[in-house]
Amino acid sequence: MRIWVFAEAAGGKVTTATLELLTKAREIGDTVEAIYAGSDAVDAVAASVGSHGATKLFVIDPGDGLPGQVAAAGIAQLAAEHSPDAILFAQTYDGRDAIARLSVKLDRPVLTNGMSLSGDGGLTFGTAIFGGVTLVDAKLTGGGPALIAMRPKSFAAEDAGGGAAEIVKVAAVDAGRAAEAKVLERHVEEQQGPKLEEASIVVSGGRGIGAAENYGPLVEELAKLLKGAWGASRAIVDAGWVPYALQVGQTGKTVKPKVYIALGISGATQHLVGMKNSDNIVAVNKDGEAPIFSVADLGIVGDVHKVVPQLIELLKSKQ
Amino acid sequence: MNVVVCVKQIPDPAVPGSLEADHTLDRSGKLILDESDSYGVEMALQLVAAAGGGEVTLVSMAPNNEVSGLRTALAMGADKAILVSDPACEGSDALSTAKVLAKCVERAGGVDLVLAATESSDGYTGTVPAQVGELLGWPSVTFAKHVEIAGSTVKVQRQTEAGYDLVEASLPAVVSVTAGVVEPRYPSFKGIMAAKNKPVDQVTAADLGLDAAQVGWSGARQEITNVEQAPAREAGEKFEDDGTGAEKVVAFLEQLKVV
Ligand SMILES: Cc1cc2nc3c(=O)[nH]c(=O)nc-3n(C[C@H](O)[C@H](O)[C@H](O)COP(=O)(O)OP(=O)(O)OC[C@H]3O[C@@H](n4cnc5c(N)ncnc54)[C@H](O)[C@@H]3O)c2cc1C
Ligand SMILES: Nc1ncnc2c1ncn2[C@@H]1O[C@H](COP(=O)(O)O)[C@@H](O)[C@H]1O
Repeated sequence: MRIWVFAEAAGGKVTTATLELLTKAREIGDTVEAIYAGSDAVDAVAASVGSHGATKLFVIDPGDGLPGQVAAAGIAQLAAEHSPDAILFAQTYDGRDAIARLSVKLDRPVLTNGMSLSGDGGLTFGTAIFGGVTLVDAKLTGGGPALIAMRPKSFAAEDAGGGAAEIVKVAAVDAGRAAEAKVLERHVEEQQGPKLEEASIVVSGGRGIGAAENYGPLVEELAKLLKGAWGASRAIVDAGWVPYALQVGQTGKTVKPKVYIALGISGATQHLVGMKNSDNIVAVNKDGEAPIFSVADLGIVGDVHKVVPQLIELLKSKQ
Repeated sequence: MNVVVCVKQIPDPAVPGSLEADHTLDRSGKLILDESDSYGVEMALQLVAAAGGGEVTLVSMAPNNEVSGLRTALAMGADKAILVSDPACEGSDALSTAKVLAKCVERAGGVDLVLAATESSDGYTGTVPAQVGELLGWPSVTFAKHVEIAGSTVKVQRQTEAGYDLVEASLPAVVSVTAGVVEPRYPSFKGIMAAKNKPVDQVTAADLGLDAAQVGWSGARQEITNVEQAPAREAGEKFEDDGTGAEKVVAFLEQLKVV
């Protein structure tokens, strides 16, 4: 099987989600190749995708266009030439743009929000519906490449120790009017502390913390003491207490830390789907019936305004 | 300024979902306006008002001639709707849905902007808006957290991993908006009464010039091979906080050697 992976990079480094896809692709496929829509750090991308199993890196220059949209036009051209059996995308902003547009160009269906993938007897894709309570396996029928988007953190990324992938520059692609969407400026919000998806401890706050100004002294403070990252439920993101980048769950990030600490979070299925595969879960919630307790290894039925300050004091006294 | 809003009518998310024998989502009950789409409706009303005129047209594909979600959006102030409720569309996947919606946009005619939500609450494939853009041959900007019209272009703050990008696209274009982008208004009593008489153009896939093989189950080209309950994560210990809750957390973290 020839499997392609849509590679993404941030700050000159290939994203972990891409490396996860490559690791899975080399388990299932005989030939693994990657496609990158970007003009900077091409050599670093080639080295990194190469060491994770890709032999070739097709490079598409998106200019100031949206990478996913321009990539789709380029991948459609490449696919006609090389007939891959499957093209894998991470379920990210640009990954979704690329798979969506490509599906129209190739007139192929998409499978999205994937959580498992196996190669026995063709390609079987697994996802979870109803907020993670029901597992569904599916196969694509008909010819042409299988277009699949996987949620980050569905697999572990492992270095295979290979050399850099061979760089193949794709000649200018014609994305039609899609290329008329231009990026004028990039705004980077400074993020302190470890990355949410990579931290080994994550402390998240929900509506139960009561007010925006409690987030710093309760959630951030505890996370910093534990050298972890801080996250949030959608309720407090929508309320404007914290930025979207901190959201954990179905429409936010998927995290899998060694310890996840949920403060004042009820545990709606859409939140659980983003954190329930954490190794250990601790929850503090004043409602003993809150669904978060059904996944917590340690549950404290109590008030975050009492428990968390005490916890912070105890940890400080141990330092 | 004419805006089309894609609005999905979905089973009430508060009621646990279930699957039919053929593994499609059970949509037999009453359907409501997907809350995610209420942001697109509000955005459209604000953009048309700011432009000083134009129409907001809703497009929806839903079974059983469902109009309750459309009526909610019409009561908010949208002018009219196109509804595709056709048994031939049952089982449609994201791509087939996008084909139907793109044809509806063409049917509406003279459209400057199409709005949708970044993802639906029940299906959440998140691909339909960009698929509609590609089918129409228009640019699309997904994950908008701020939208404004500047002459013949739309300017969007697009959510990114690191913050946001300022993206500009020429019109006509497709934009998908995130939750919380605007505050959806509550329909007024007058709005609710007026909505009863607003036109809903009911069409079939064939009326739109779509072949039955392109939509519904045959268009989906996928086979569900297994459905099962996810293994439940075992709940651990739960304590009522009697003043020692914090100590229990510390002990737990120490035992895991993270402090
Ligand atoms: C399509 C869709 C996608 C979604 N995606 C996401 C997502 O990605 N992530 C996400 O998180 N949600 C998501 N949601 C929303 C989700 O359904 C819930 O509404 C949300 O997770 C609730 O956030 P919460 O737990 O902070 O708030 P609530 O549900 O209001 O819970 C607050 C909790 O705090 C407790 N509490 C109150 N006061 C205290 C106190 N003093 N001390 C201790 N505990 C206290 C309460 O008992 C309660 O359990 C999505 C919903 C939809 C429809
Ligand atoms: N059947 C439908 N009718 C109208 N709009 C839809 C339909 N399906 C999807 N959409 C639109 O596309 C968005 C993304 O849907 P999805 O790709 O299913 O996550 C939705 O939030 C709607 O705005």
